[in-house]
Amino acid sequence: MTAARPAAPRDRASAQDHAAGHDHAAGHDHAAGHDHAAGHDQAAGHDHAPARVRRARARRPLAIALAALAVALAVGVSVGPADLSPVTVAQALLVRMPWHPALSVPPVDTAIVWQIRLPRVILGALVGAMLAGGGAAYQGVFRNPLADPYLLGVAAGAGLGATLVIVGGASTGLLPPVAFAGAAGAVAVTYLLGSGAGRDGASPGPGGSTASIVLAGVAVAALLTAIQEYLQQQHTQALQQIYSWILGELSLASWSDVALVLPYVVVSAGMLLAHRRLLDVLRVGEAEAASLGVNVARLRLTVVLAATLGTAAAVAVSGLIGFVGIIVPHTVRLSAGASYRIVLPVSMVAGAAFLVLADVAARTVQAPAEVPLTVITAVIGAPFFLFVLRSQRARRDLS
Amino acid sequence: MIGLADVGVSYGATAALTGVTERAGDGEWLGLIGPNGAGKTTLLQAVARQVRYRGRIEIGGRPAGGMSRRALARLVAYVPQRPQLPPEMTAGDYVLLGRTPHIGYLRVETDADRRICGELLDRLALSAMAGRQLGTLSGGELQRLVLARALAQQAPVLLLDEPTSALDLGRRVDALELVDALRRERSLTVLSAVHDLTLAGQFADRLLLLDRGRVAASGPPPLVLREEVLRPHFGPGVEVLTTSGGERAVISRRQRDQ
Repeated sequence: MTAARPAAPRDRASAQDHAAGHDHAAGHDHAAGHDHAAGHDQAAGHDHAPARVRRARARRPLAIALAALAVALAVGVSVGPADLSPVTVAQALLVRMPWHPALSVPPVDTAIVWQIRLPRVILGALVGAMLAGGGAAYQGVFRNPLADPYLLGVAAGAGLGATLVIVGGASTGLLPPVAFAGAAGAVAVTYLLGSGAGRDGASPGPGGSTASIVLAGVAVAALLTAIQEYLQQQHTQALQQIYSWILGELSLASWSDVALVLPYVVVSAGMLLAHRRLLDVLRVGEAEAASLGVNVARLRLTVVLAATLGTAAAVAVSGLIGFVGIIVPHTVRLSAGASYRIVLPVSMVAGAAFLVLADVAARTVQAPAEVPLTVITAVIGAPFFLFVLRSQRARRDLS
Repeated sequence: MIGLADVGVSYGATAALTGVTERAGDGEWLGLIGPNGAGKTTLLQAVARQVRYRGRIEIGGRPAGGMSRRALARLVAYVPQRPQLPPEMTAGDYVLLGRTPHIGYLRVETDADRRICGELLDRLALSAMAGRQLGTLSGGELQRLVLARALAQQAPVLLLDEPTSALDLGRRVDALELVDALRRERSLTVLSAVHDLTLAGQFADRLLLLDRGRVAASGPPPLVLREEVLRPHFGPGVEVLTTSGGERAVISRRQRDQ
């Protein structure tokens, strides 16, 4: 899967050795294959540069993901029910820029691009980045390939919050803040219940409570979902509105939604990226990470907090879009490498691109009607997920 | 230098370790021996603070109980019996994990960290493996790599739980020779659990015989590796042979009716 990666640094390393003029340097790689030969080699070789240890680099996969995002954004603003040509779209984009050439664009086209398409595309990118980044972080901190950003009850809490607003007949402007509060509240309850449990002296390792947090999340989500379903059953007239929110949609996206999520996404993504090395340390398990000096309980709490804030904000403006948090990080792992230095940033960019394209599909396959986003991401996501599971099992059997 | 005073560990109502008092000086190798379930692993885990313990553990004269994880990780490097080895991680990245206690929170490795790890890979004959994924390495290479990660912590105390259990007979001696050379180079205090009593006797300066969580005997190998000391704990079939070179070999002989 990463055949190109390990080879490249070594080629460069031996090229440098040649340049430095060590005649026996070229043979070093061969000799090191035999333990004993390598031992003699290094005993004699004080003039040797030590082995070059490089950490995983995200540069190339990140560049590819950014290119994909650029394409997705371009497609996203160009496609829609109003039949605007790419040239018109480009002109409409330019005309609002500070220094633009003299252009004559109909004001209605400018409005379509700037007030309808652009906020929707940008919001889709922010939501996709957050769901994918949050999923990657949850998978890292819970060391579970099936973890997604909804693991601790974000979806159930947001769903209940949104349902309350809709059946209560409150203004739809209240949807995002109440959904956000429900999502964040559900995770807080999960964490308080889960991290307190299972911490007797018998459990080895520090805290030892990851499993109990996940189980508490299952219980909290079940409870909140039950309440939400009861409310739905009591207010069947609101069903369609509730469902269209739950299945995820960006059709009402506005700049105010973008302004609402942007700070959360920036802070959350920044905090997650700052923990990329520690998430790599966690790959050897909580007990070994602790013996390497990591405060595992604090790391887990910080990462969950960051991922939850961002995910809750994303869910609050977009509804419950499934699968992005699982399929995007796993695709990145399989294709670019499993280090969180790669997985976190590349997942965020790739998740943004994926959701923008999924939203394009959502509004075109059945135009003028819109297909729920979760349907699109699941139709792509479910088969892919099976593939990920199979290949993970295959790799585990090999190791 | 490490000191244990009346250290005990319980798993629920079960006492796994009781009243262990012991010292090991700089550069000293203390071998932990004893039958299965004797408490060897638990003792190592207590020193690494992987389990809660009673009593007092001091490292370099400072009580270990109140230290932060990071401070402890600068003093104690712990190699568990079955380390987790993510198959897609590269060997270079794996060794760099050992620098964690020296890297600030949310910081990343510096060139100095990479140089230290590169030198360790050279020292342990793993230079060519730096870019390889762990899933592609052999058992012996992985065993040295785990040791390299522990040494990257630059801690004066090295805890090894059955470091040779996955290796063949020849590789076991190689691995222990390597540990021996490294502890002399760096005057490391080594605490290791070793199943093979013969090897334990050849490498350790002193042996600590544990049984059911208590110290049954301790002292230099010739004093501990005696039939009358070992038999009550390992069974009546244990025999201690002396080789022509004067080394003690411990074997377990089949019991037959005459």
